[in-house]
Amino acid sequence: MKQINLKSKFARVLLWVIILLGGLVIAFPIFKDSPPTFIGSPTLVSDPTSDDLDYSNAQLSDNGLFNVSYTASTGTIPINQIHQWILHVETANGQPVENATIAVDGDMPEHGHGLPTRPRVTRYLGEGNYLVEGIKFQMGGWWVIDFTITTNDQTDAVHFNMQLK
Amino acid sequence: MKIKKHLSSLFIGIGILILITACSAFGQTQWSEDELATLQTLWIGSLPPLPVDPSNKYADNLEAATLGQKLFFDTRFSSNGKVACATCHLPDKLFQDGMPLAHGVGTTNRRTMTIIGTAYSPWFFWDGRKDSQWAQALGPMENPVEHGGNRTQYAHLIAEFYADEYTALFGPLPDLSNLPLNAGPVADSETAANWQAMSSADRAAVTQIYVNIGKSIAAYERLLIPGESRFDKYVEAVLNKDYQSAQDILTPDEIAGLKLFIGQANCTQCHNGPLFTNNGFHNTGVPDAQNLPEDFGRAVGVQRVLADEFNCLSIYSDAQPGQCAELNFLIAEGDQLMRQYKPPSLRNVSERGPYMHAGQFATLEEVLKHYNTAPEALAGLSELEPLNLSEKEIAEIIAFVKTLVSPINTDPSWLTKPE
Repeated sequence: MKQINLKSKFARVLLWVIILLGGLVIAFPIFKDSPPTFIGSPTLVSDPTSDDLDYSNAQLSDNGLFNVSYTASTGTIPINQIHQWILHVETANGQPVENATIAVDGDMPEHGHGLPTRPRVTRYLGEGNYLVEGIKFQMGGWWVIDFTITTNDQTDAVHFNMQLK
Repeated sequence: MKIKKHLSSLFIGIGILILITACSAFGQTQWSEDELATLQTLWIGSLPPLPVDPSNKYADNLEAATLGQKLFFDTRFSSNGKVACATCHLPDKLFQDGMPLAHGVGTTNRRTMTIIGTAYSPWFFWDGRKDSQWAQALGPMENPVEHGGNRTQYAHLIAEFYADEYTALFGPLPDLSNLPLNAGPVADSETAANWQAMSSADRAAVTQIYVNIGKSIAAYERLLIPGESRFDKYVEAVLNKDYQSAQDILTPDEIAGLKLFIGQANCTQCHNGPLFTNNGFHNTGVPDAQNLPEDFGRAVGVQRVLADEFNCLSIYSDAQPGQCAELNFLIAEGDQLMRQYKPPSLRNVSERGPYMHAGQFATLEEVLKHYNTAPEALAGLSELEPLNLSEKEIAEIIAFVKTLVSPINTDPSWLTKPE
């Protein structure tokens, strides 16, 4: 390529115009939309209220009475598919909780609506395991599922956060 | 110095490189990881295989579908000989009729819904008063303003015109010669009286034929699945990081509309998944239609499906009770059920006006303006919040929705009246 004489003022101006234009064209789509993001990289803006939530499928109940965990019949939790969970309930020191009465509820705190079905515990399976049927989630996002567990002498509630896609 | 001589060329080269990179980056829309995940859930490639219908053991039987197609187009299955399923579910109109209300032997109070893709839904009709495709097919056939006929009339038609196909699938037909021409649990008092006068054995035999008609029609309807749209081609390109192709598939306006659709406009609260509907029940404050009786939506529909003669738990269903989870765990009560309706799929929706359960909105512009203003519901509680979309943003969303047009992904022989 023929060398351009940088001493020419025109050449210098042209060069800077090219660099500036290029910079503007790169910057524009990046900052035009909010949130500013790049293809394939983790999102830089996440929901402020569901950030830093504990999404574990094993939780201690509110008053520390029960250790509760769940597994979905489908493995990962599907959207728009009715399915079942096995809920496992133990005392704080690891004893299976037998024949408890368990109520199920849930909602999406940011959307102000509840579950699209009325799931229930339909069977006690032994060894602290309970079959929960009729669970369904009709959209992705942050869901909270609550179980209120009552044994002979005690009641406590446990909550699970889920971020569904 | 020697380096200085080439430095200027180097700067020019870098400058041009920056420009080229910037221009190609400018042509790509930036999708976050979350947005990409959402796009993938909406993509036709994410559509799972057809779910089994445990209530219909003929659902995937091609002979049943062949019979069902014939029945779907047969206008003899009506009181005046002029109404078939295809009269309102027109194949070349995306299996609906393009009108606010449907016109069979009379006029309905609600809009015809498309059949395409409905095999994936657990509920049928705007209010979900039927829980299977075969039970749904039987609804209009005895409805006084739709087909206006009755099940004994239909049983005679099967015996006269479809005996061979029916027998091959379902076994021998009972002797119908002593039965009235018209009898069924319908509105017409004489027909209903004839039905009451029949023995319970005869009623059961006729109803079984009626049920098999429904199951055949459902086997046919299951084959009607939406195909690939421009939106799907775009998502496929983006997922493959083929941004050059992607920007040739959707225009900047359409992409802007898509971003709003999955973002600020909150459409995916109901219109999610590869069929762009969650097939649930939602109150979106839809206004009353003129001169029609009060419409309570799911609040009435749920009572009807629980009591339906042909629901998943009925003796005519092939399902075990444990396979009826949708029916067993539905929400049966509560004010929130008032004026909740099932959102149709948005695939091909731009070709399927007018919109809402009685065709209250003629155009997509009216629909979007309604969602944008979010008026209160007449009854129950609307899920809408005002969206603060500009006119331009509304136009972009509509531009995106138009990219959901696609052919039906079925052999063309299923889309016409069979010989």
